[in-house]
Amino acid sequence: MTTTEAKIHKVAHHFESARQEESACKLGMWLFLCTEILMFGGLFVGYVIYKRMYPAIFLQGATFLDWKLGALNTVVLLVSSLTMALSIYYIQKGKNNKAILCLCLTLLCGFIFMGVKYLEYSHKLHLGLAPGALFSYTETPTLEGLPLYFSFYYCMTGLHGLHVLVGMLLIFWMIILAGKKQFNTSYYTPLECVGLFWHLVDLIWIYLFPLLYLVE
Amino acid sequence: MSEGKNYLNEKKGLSSWLFTLDHKRIGILYMITVFTFFLLGGVFALLMRLELFKPGENLISAALYNQFMTFHGAIMVFMVIIPGIPAFLGNFFLPLQIGAKDVAFPRINLLSWYCLIVGAAVALCSLFFNGVDTGWTFYTPYSIRTDNGTLWVVLGAFIMGFSSILTGLNFIVTVHKLRAKGMGFFQMPLFVWSLYSTAIIQVLATPVLAITLLLLSAERLMGIGIFDPKLGGDPVLFQHFFWFYSHPAVYIMILPAMGIISELITTFSRKTIFGYKAIAFSSVGIAAVSFFVWGHHMFVSGQSEWVGILFSFITMLVGVPTAIKVFNWVATMYKGSIKFDAPMLYANGFLFLFVIGGVTGIMLATLAFDVHVHDTYFVVAHFHYVMVGGTLMAITGGLYYWLPKMFGRMYNEFWARISFAFIFIGFNVTFFPQFILGFMGMPRRYHDYTPVYEPLNQLSTAGSWMIGVGFVIVFFVVLQALLKGEKANSNPWGAVTLEWQTDSPPPHENFHEAPMITKGPYDYN
Repeated sequence: MTTTEAKIHKVAHHFESARQEESACKLGMWLFLCTEILMFGGLFVGYVIYKRMYPAIFLQGATFLDWKLGALNTVVLLVSSLTMALSIYYIQKGKNNKAILCLCLTLLCGFIFMGVKYLEYSHKLHLGLAPGALFSYTETPTLEGLPLYFSFYYCMTGLHGLHVLVGMLLIFWMIILAGKKQFNTSYYTPLECVGLFWHLVDLIWIYLFPLLYLVE
Repeated sequence: MSEGKNYLNEKKGLSSWLFTLDHKRIGILYMITVFTFFLLGGVFALLMRLELFKPGENLISAALYNQFMTFHGAIMVFMVIIPGIPAFLGNFFLPLQIGAKDVAFPRINLLSWYCLIVGAAVALCSLFFNGVDTGWTFYTPYSIRTDNGTLWVVLGAFIMGFSSILTGLNFIVTVHKLRAKGMGFFQMPLFVWSLYSTAIIQVLATPVLAITLLLLSAERLMGIGIFDPKLGGDPVLFQHFFWFYSHPAVYIMILPAMGIISELITTFSRKTIFGYKAIAFSSVGIAAVSFFVWGHHMFVSGQSEWVGILFSFITMLVGVPTAIKVFNWVATMYKGSIKFDAPMLYANGFLFLFVIGGVTGIMLATLAFDVHVHDTYFVVAHFHYVMVGGTLMAITGGLYYWLPKMFGRMYNEFWARISFAFIFIGFNVTFFPQFILGFMGMPRRYHDYTPVYEPLNQLSTAGSWMIGVGFVIVFFVVLQALLKGEKANSNPWGAVTLEWQTDSPPPHENFHEAPMITKGPYDYN
């Protein structure tokens, strides 16, 4: 396969035009994002209900989290959303190398986020601040229901972290595609869809951070 | 010209099927899968009915009965009725009916089939871990404590959920983006409308089931306690989450069936459908209301009385769009040139049984009455009148109706009608007595009962054999049609929707020339 061939994206046989294909893909992606929101929605509804039922344990639970690390991760994800958006901008301007650089920065942000998460998790698990029945923290007196707070903490951030990992894999794939010069000024639908996914993952964290770290 | 190339003979070999991206072939894959699971789920049903022939432990132990009940429910719901119409008939006919070459995302379409297969395989793994006895609803805290393979079925249902989501997503995009030139939303056949409404539910409700099942899995693996009262969790929250999906899910099961009935009634009455827009909007209306009625499964769960009253009222609202459909179907038949071919028999069977199922549904929505018959056979009878009397009648009717298009062969009309007689009569013999049993107070889900219920239970079991015979006949009618059936022309019923304007079976890209739409979907004149 010569490089000139690789650059041309062929419209799938059942679409009439590239425009139709692009708009179909985007609609599909938005619908998929709806399913993601509803899936996380279950957790958020659960959070609200238990927060109302046991407000005290959520207050105490938040004191075990380091808001500075949470804030750092928030900044990291926001920056990554910027670099993600920039990569699409550069593709639109035909600057492939800059787009690749931005994607690599996005991926790097993903690694930083997961690294910080790893530190937070390992520190807590070391202390015995585990979810539900596995909870074994005894250093200071805690409320009876506190393990439930950590169930929410791990379920919500865990599912979110899983999405960050998936997003990182997708971004890695986009770097490969961009490296093969698959995108051009008129075709970059996969990149845009991955961008949408990454922004959603970012957005969910924007809600998780105050709900878990900054409860008062 | 059924001699030429078509989607069936275009490529050969197993891998050309297992890796196909053609929506028609994927539809056939789903057909084979769904029929296999239907057989399995049906065998469990027959065995349960056999056990209930007499009071006491006869054929199988109480524990085994609970497992059979769970398998019957889980298989029929997650592997048969939910994928049944959308993923099998919908996959095949939605692109054909809107004049498209394929669904919007053929690869995702194939992926959805693999999700179903993998999910089913994971669920069946539970058999190696003592089976499952929670019922298909997996209510906590029992499903957390019970010592068996519940986790596998829960994970399997989670994976199968993705199959449903992906199908729905595909259909919504296909309907929006791939309609033939000249086809507005109001030139779409009503089957497409119903699939579109179904797809909205699939996309919006299934993710909630996904998170519920994930939390339940985490509950079993790590004891997170969110649904476990021992750790401060709330088991009723599980019921809310579960029914937030599972009530809309019963509309995933019935809406496409209603779509089939719209097609059958108009075709076999040789008459434009009455109230096209009313039927189309009532599909969307049912989909919308379906998200606000889940609490009627929980009238006795301890939810607040006011919530109960609200849910009761909204549930009754579902009766409005549903009745609109039924009246329009009957009005379509009025003064039509009706032909009672097998599909039309099934459509009329649907009307009869579905109305009974629907009206008893309104009864169950009434708070005081529901408390009386809650968890009795009345509920079992109601549910089966809607799901079997409704959905299965429609899918069988639809199967006969579209068989000539799918395979280019006619089925044997005489035996198809005989199958209807067995299924229709057998169904009523099986399930009507269960309404009475429910009134008498017989609780559901037990392997045993007091002798006073014996005669009606025996009648019910005898009926189940008739249904069994009926479906065996259906199976052989289909088999005979595939092997030796007469060649079908492209439009044996004289129907006017787009799928009948192409060859039987259709060519790879559905139409030789891209269709142009100039008139309504049911213009017989």
